[in-house]
Amino acid sequence: MEFSVALAGNPNAGKTTLFNELTGSRQHVGNYPGVTVEKKEGSYGFNGHKIHIVDLPGAYSLTAYSIEEVVSRDFLVNQKPEAVINIVDASNLERNLYLSVQFLELGVPICIALNMIDVAKDRGIEIDFEKLSDLIGVPVVPTIARTGMGKTEIVKAAVKIAESKKKPEPLIISYGDDIDKALFAIEKKIKKENFLTDVYSAHWIALKYCEKDEQIISKGRETDKDISSDIEKIVEKVTRHLKDTLETYPEAIIADYRYGFIKSIIKQGVVRHQFDKDRLYTSDKIDKVLTHRFLGPLIMLAVLMGLYKFTFTYGEVPMEWLGMAFGWLGDTVSSVLPDGHLRSMLVSGVIDGVGGVLGFVPLIMFMFFGIAILEDSGYLARVAYMLDRIFRMFGLHGSSVMAYIISGGIAGGCAVPGIMATRILKSPRERLATILTAPFMNCGAKLPVIALLIGAFFSENKALFMFLVTIGSWIAALLAAKFLRLTIIRGESTPFVMELPPYRFPTLKGLLIHTWERTWQYIKKAGTVILGISVILWAMMTFPELNSSEMQKFDLERKALISQYDMSVKEELEAAAQKTEPPATEMSKNAQALKKSLISVDSSESEAALKNSLAGRIGTSIEGISRFAGFDWRTNIALVGGFAAKEVVISTLGTAYSLGETDPDDTDSSLSDTLANSPNWSPLTALSLIVFTILYAPCFVTVVVIARESGSWKWGAFSMIFNTLLALTLSILVFQIGSFMSL
Amino acid sequence: MARINMRLMKKNQSGVISAVRVDGELGRRIRDMGLVPGAEIKIQGRAPLKDPVAMRIMGFTLTLRNNEADYIEVEVE
Repeated sequence: MEFSVALAGNPNAGKTTLFNELTGSRQHVGNYPGVTVEKKEGSYGFNGHKIHIVDLPGAYSLTAYSIEEVVSRDFLVNQKPEAVINIVDASNLERNLYLSVQFLELGVPICIALNMIDVAKDRGIEIDFEKLSDLIGVPVVPTIARTGMGKTEIVKAAVKIAESKKKPEPLIISYGDDIDKALFAIEKKIKKENFLTDVYSAHWIALKYCEKDEQIISKGRETDKDISSDIEKIVEKVTRHLKDTLETYPEAIIADYRYGFIKSIIKQGVVRHQFDKDRLYTSDKIDKVLTHRFLGPLIMLAVLMGLYKFTFTYGEVPMEWLGMAFGWLGDTVSSVLPDGHLRSMLVSGVIDGVGGVLGFVPLIMFMFFGIAILEDSGYLARVAYMLDRIFRMFGLHGSSVMAYIISGGIAGGCAVPGIMATRILKSPRERLATILTAPFMNCGAKLPVIALLIGAFFSENKALFMFLVTIGSWIAALLAAKFLRLTIIRGESTPFVMELPPYRFPTLKGLLIHTWERTWQYIKKAGTVILGISVILWAMMTFPELNSSEMQKFDLERKALISQYDMSVKEELEAAAQKTEPPATEMSKNAQALKKSLISVDSSESEAALKNSLAGRIGTSIEGISRFAGFDWRTNIALVGGFAAKEVVISTLGTAYSLGETDPDDTDSSLSDTLANSPNWSPLTALSLIVFTILYAPCFVTVVVIARESGSWKWGAFSMIFNTLLALTLSILVFQIGSFMSL
Repeated sequence: MARINMRLMKKNQSGVISAVRVDGELGRRIRDMGLVPGAEIKIQGRAPLKDPVAMRIMGFTLTLRNNEADYIEVEVE
């Protein structure tokens, strides 16, 4: 039999851990149609059944409060999974059951995985799961997702539900006289008119109307305006009555009664506490230090700094290996293929381009691994807690920190998922401000560019500079957000209300899956987009070629040089060129001098050729403005390419320099050395370029996402123009002030 | 016994929620997290910049901004 099972539950209840435990590597991440909430799917074989497992986004409730909740609800109602495994945190039963009760109200076929039963036990909480199952009327299985305990049993329970094919009756509880009466009246009306009953139960629709659920009410209005307005009148009446008599609201009463229902179950001996409820758990003791007034922020800084150290110390080793491998590949292809366009395209376009990007994979992997540790351990929520006061000052929300961090607030994220992470923000204004400023963060694609420049010019203090660059991008993003919130996106702030999950040791499996998912996204992008663009850019940099009279000019120059020396010198050079490893020192002084002159002619020819190419013409045409920021046409070409994807800046610079300075003795030298030794570059140029790279137009993938998430192409276009102008202004300032102070 | 605004509660002070005077999104969000009349809470502390506030409720830690805590009335000893 083949059927689908959904995993649902509160955030931090262990949903993803169970999902990973069940599906392992047989999972893939996609999107729900129309929205960008992540949809994780996988499969699990059990007793000859093929189970399709969907990991629903974590939610506290089934209201229409966030897009995650709406997505979960729509999935349950429209896709009708045969069974739902509701993961419940055993150490936090009451609040977790609040969601379970709402599943039961909706009539979803659930079984409960009473997860983290070991944590509950450590906290002195004993749960009589059989009694809970009897009282609530659904199967309850104790599990420990991180060790896999109870995994088979919970799947067995889900399979049993799926096989029975019985749709459970929706749970009906009392919400007090006033609400119950209103519900009864509404239900009668709904049943009579068959209003929306093809999808939902009459009781549930009535309940949602009382809760003033925006999604259901707007659906109702679409279906039949008159019926909907009749129902809304009943709701209005009870709302007024409750306001007058009890100074409260229908949705408040409903929530109270739901919690009351849960309490009544728990009090029947389901939960027993061995210790005092207020006892400090290990997690609270850790928090006493980690969120301490003075120590907290200091530790936070140290943690972020430590992440860099970790990444740069360990990530650089495999990075060098990869660089060497691609260097070898380039050399091999060069020696095998004859000189010409094909060789040039393969070496300069394909190998240099892809190598430049893939070379950074280890670095990015280490970085993501570090972030996954912070995320999975629960520390990121503390960062949001400690920083909210600051974020609010800039018109943002504590949760904006997540979008910033994923975008690269801890260097190495990606603005694409980062902007998607803004979906946890409910207020359109804070969300838009976060969306528009998140791309200022140092994403994994800008990182190689910045790392390259730092490596070339500030190599003594790599970690420190990297850290300063991060702080700089935060300041830029926050100030830009404040600017936007004061001008084009004015308005009030929205609720914070957030859980601080207990600290947990991340599981290695979870960390690896997390790291791999994100790294793979990076590689996929590198493999497809970048390869194509690298080749296009190579073509732009090669064509149109120099015309024959110009080429002849360089030939003549070469001939003139050679004629200045004896024949013997020329022969010596040719002989040396035949050898695989010509030791330069063994050549005569004359031969060396000739060689040097010839190389400089070659260089000028290549440079002239590149300048003549399409890219060179574009680069040269904007040099008039960009030189105020210290950028020559080569950098301009690279920056134009960077719009396709920021990592392209490197491959383009690589291509620009390997074409522009053909130095046969220098094939092993990396781009970093090339830049450091170039007369056109100084640390100040590098600094100016770092500033520009951080701030200028996001890559086109990000622009597309901005347009989609903000609901308008206007904002996509805005981010390109606004960011580029800001970047240009600031880098010109840096370069001009720096030059003035003769740095 | 006295009813006070949650903002005025001190670190380690505990109490029982007596009213949540807000509807709409904030009200819904607050209630979803278990802050309903009758719920016992204990203030755990405040963020380094004095805001938001962290409290223990039903065995987990919840954080709220001070201006959100203003809507919550707590009965304290």
